[in-house]
Amino acid sequence: MAPPTKRRTGHSKKAQFSAFTGYLVAALGVLIGAGLLALSAWKPESMSSLRAEATDLAMPAGRAGAEVRSDSQGLIQAIAGYFDAGNKNARLKREMEEARVHLAEAKAIETENHRLKALLGLRNEEVKPIAFARLIGSSSASTRRFAYLSAGSSQGVQPGMPVRSPLGLVGRVLEVGDASARVMLLTDTASMVPVRRNTDNIVAFAEGRADGTLRLRLINLGINPLKKGDIFVTSGAGGIFRPGIAVAMVEKVTHDGAMALPLANPAATIHVAIDPVWVPQAAEIAAQPAPGGPQ
Amino acid sequence: MSPERRMNARMTATHRDRFGKTINRDHSVLLAHGIPLITILLGSLAPLLPVIAAGPVMPPFGFMILLAWRIVRPGLLPPWIGLPLGAFDDLFSGQPFGNAILLWSIAMLAMDAVEARFPWRGFWQDWATASGMIVAYLVLGALFAGGNFSPERFILIVPQLLLSVLLFPIIARMVAFFDRVRLFRVKVIG
Repeated sequence: MAPPTKRRTGHSKKAQFSAFTGYLVAALGVLIGAGLLALSAWKPESMSSLRAEATDLAMPAGRAGAEVRSDSQGLIQAIAGYFDAGNKNARLKREMEEARVHLAEAKAIETENHRLKALLGLRNEEVKPIAFARLIGSSSASTRRFAYLSAGSSQGVQPGMPVRSPLGLVGRVLEVGDASARVMLLTDTASMVPVRRNTDNIVAFAEGRADGTLRLRLINLGINPLKKGDIFVTSGAGGIFRPGIAVAMVEKVTHDGAMALPLANPAATIHVAIDPVWVPQAAEIAAQPAPGGPQ
Repeated sequence: MSPERRMNARMTATHRDRFGKTINRDHSVLLAHGIPLITILLGSLAPLLPVIAAGPVMPPFGFMILLAWRIVRPGLLPPWIGLPLGAFDDLFSGQPFGNAILLWSIAMLAMDAVEARFPWRGFWQDWATASGMIVAYLVLGALFAGGNFSPERFILIVPQLLLSVLLFPIIARMVAFFDRVRLFRVKVIG
């Protein structure tokens, strides 16, 4: 292809000046970009209101897309359901038998729990979610793992609040607009959640690795007691997440902890609940930028 | 006159110019300058697609469409366009604000430099240029993104790099189609 001749401005002063100004502004753009990037690294929250406004404006399109996504998933599941109806029926019957047994066991544990809690003088409080919302999108081209949520400050959502699905913890709210919010997913590289093993009190930090897995780092180093299949739940340390929300399952044991898969896979999650910050005093700390760098 | 005959009439001697003005029909300034901007802005809105990805897998559509327009129509987008369009991309991409302003501005200047150095272009050269730009953009973006991202984890963005590089010719063809839409002649009076 022949080279474009538009670069030559000829003798026209006007054309020369406009070409010159174009390059000048482009160079300014480089400087402005570098400056804003440095500002974002220094004060990550400085642009959050601008981002929240923009997401608010673009929200209707995202919400329509999320609806299509949940509808189409339902349709595919309905069609797939016809293909293994017989197998499924038998399996469900067996599972129901097992579930009955488990239910009886759970009732026993519940009564015991009640008795022990009464013994300790603890109140039995139920955490009511602040809002229910959809995940409508995510930063799928970036190495950071953020998701957009279809609820904002008008529904009572505040920065720092835990976001969970019925299967477990999804992340926590980072920035809030009027009708939208940005969620830092568990798998983000700056996300760090204090967790413990559900059967005992082995505590660890669950760090995101940006590829859909978590890295569990044990706090007490020594002989690694973890096994594949161990379930980790939030420990309540730090005061943001209430104790006992399911987080991850160990996939591979390493020398100082394990690689784990989050139980609530955000890709398969459509509806999420936003819980209040567990210890209200932690809300101020939670409102501060995420540890580990810019957002 | 039937639609077929009207189509044929355009190809007669008086209508042989495919790009210029014809009787009662002319290019629209709105289309000619709006379509490149709209397509790039829509590409930047890709994070609002209902895809909750487990890792960085989606190509940077806004940047790729910008590159494609720059290659398909040199001189259509001014060199400073990285500043406003990059700012819009930063609002949704999840990268720290300023990332796309900086990298898109540099990309526009770099494309000018490449064009001045290698003026006669072809498909393979364009693809190679765009691939180099995309790889540099994603690697620098991963470095700027922050978080606890250590450089030995660059293997994380390799699938995204490959997908973006392979997808670029298709995006360039789409942009070439939008370029024909851009020069569509609409009815004018006078």
